[in-house]
Amino acid sequence: MITVEQRTEFRKHFRYNVGRRLVLDKVVKCMVFLCVVVAIVPLVAILVNVFSNGAAALSWNFLTQIPGAVGSDDPGGIGPAIQGTLVLIGLSSLIGVPVGVMGGIFLSEYGNNRYGRTVRFFNDVLAEFPTIVIGVFTFVLIVLTIGNFSVWAGSFALSIIMLPIIMRTTEESLKLVPVTYREAGYALGIRRWRVVFTIVLSGAKSGLVTGILLAVARIAGETAPLVFTILGSSQFIQGLDGPVDALPLRIWRLSSLPYDSSVVQGWGAAFVLIILVLSINIGVRYLFLRRKGQAMLKFKKLGSMS
Amino acid sequence: MMAIKMKKGSPITDKIFKYVAIGAATYVLVIIIMIVVNLTTGSAQVWQQEGISFLTGSDWNSVEGRESYGAAPYIMGTLVNAGIAMAISIPLSFGIAMFLSELAPKLLRTPLAMVIELLAAVPSVVYGLWGLLVFRTYIQNWIEVPLHNLFGDQSIIFAGTPFGLDILTASIILAIMIVPTIASISKEIMLAVPNSQREAAYMLGATKWEVFRIAVLPYSKSGLIGATILGLGRAVGETMAVTMLIGNATGAAAFPSSLFGPGQTLASIMANEFAEASQGGLHLAALVGIGLILFLMAFAINVVAHLLVAKVVKSHEGAVLA
Repeated sequence: MITVEQRTEFRKHFRYNVGRRLVLDKVVKCMVFLCVVVAIVPLVAILVNVFSNGAAALSWNFLTQIPGAVGSDDPGGIGPAIQGTLVLIGLSSLIGVPVGVMGGIFLSEYGNNRYGRTVRFFNDVLAEFPTIVIGVFTFVLIVLTIGNFSVWAGSFALSIIMLPIIMRTTEESLKLVPVTYREAGYALGIRRWRVVFTIVLSGAKSGLVTGILLAVARIAGETAPLVFTILGSSQFIQGLDGPVDALPLRIWRLSSLPYDSSVVQGWGAAFVLIILVLSINIGVRYLFLRRKGQAMLKFKKLGSMS
Repeated sequence: MMAIKMKKGSPITDKIFKYVAIGAATYVLVIIIMIVVNLTTGSAQVWQQEGISFLTGSDWNSVEGRESYGAAPYIMGTLVNAGIAMAISIPLSFGIAMFLSELAPKLLRTPLAMVIELLAAVPSVVYGLWGLLVFRTYIQNWIEVPLHNLFGDQSIIFAGTPFGLDILTASIILAIMIVPTIASISKEIMLAVPNSQREAAYMLGATKWEVFRIAVLPYSKSGLIGATILGLGRAVGETMAVTMLIGNATGAAAFPSSLFGPGQTLASIMANEFAEASQGGLHLAALVGIGLILFLMAFAINVVAHLLVAKVVKSHEGAVLA
């Protein structure tokens, strides 16, 4: 904020040193532009490396077979990891989506009070929690109690990571539906819950789907919570109460093996994972660009970082 | 948002609906409370055994009969690692935010912002893999070896043999990972500065940079601090990439001293040693205890950040935050 006293001072300052100030301005502009370039270089480098190295590993066998014995001639594939990731996404959505959407409905429709603000605040805090802490928590709560690593434990941990993202995006998109729509529903004598489900939710559909997709993209790449909950496995799923493999976990395990074949496989698995995550992210953003309302852009941040 | 009050005696379905919604929202609070309770009970054993020396001690020995656990080196490691990452990423992020909010042409603004955010979408483990197999050799050959040859073992921070798997590499990767967080939130906050502020400065004859310095920066200060702390929260909790790159020292050796020495953070020791810890043992309790420390650290950081950021959002309608 420029105060009146500052104004005189600035005016005096700006009258002199014009040349030096213009040079400084140019220098800063160049530096700032350089910042953007520096930030984009790693992204490009990662994509180039993952695509070029990963493509070499890709084959039908790689995508469908179980991993071979460690260090053997036949490295096998990452079939169980792909299957596991898909199952984990499905199951955690089963928990995370209904709870998240209902929570979002609460925040938007009933949340204009102290309790709503409290929930909103802690929801935001939960969204930023280190995911490994959620993994350890699930480990203590479920794995230690039941006695074994399971698909359920992994899904529960991932659903906690999904929840705040979905809740916040649901709230934001429901709030974009004009109050008059709701009032029109009430005027027709429709009950409140039906107004929310039929009118408000359908009006906010695209925002909801976006939030859910971003949450899915986010948990697809999560590794830390899975280390504590699903253990990893080189077989296809035997049952939901048994261990399971997942892509990020497989990448981590492969990266710690000293064999050339496992490095190639690591790149291959990273390729599959990054295609999955980035296609969701880019797809969602593309839909955003096509939508007009700038307000919708606010969701995009929620799905990032893992 | 909804101002309509339902009349008393609204139909039972509406009541059920409302309570289900309240229940779903309460679930979030229940989860947070359960995290605290479970991590506390899960680590009770180590707190009983070690007491306060779990926080201050530096021993880390999981050999049966000689078990001893102290988290101090990892707390320090987390702070140093996050500190270096912040030192790199803060100027970078503010530069990006300034470019996106003040300088970039309208057409370029949205796509560029999206590219920056895609950086945040890349999974942590992919950063780790890339860091381990590609980036590490560049750091080793281009930065560490020259610095080591120049200053060698006379200095503390450049001591040790450059190997690539050390605090420096982990911090740089971490910096790359938190840039999008800080940059995109800072951008939103800078965009929330009313144009009248900028116009006032332009009117006095200020250049772009001066407008930014005297009008935008002071106005968005508290929000930018909030964005930074939010980035710090992520840096502290980041696990996989750091685990794969930091070199994994344990015990007193994990105290960060040289940039080129291996370190360990709270998150990375959990990920690393979990597989070795037997269920019901003290080692496991110690790891859960580390989880509790990390939780409290991240919780405090995030609460402060959200309070700072919420203030900005409240005072200027339109600033939007994750």
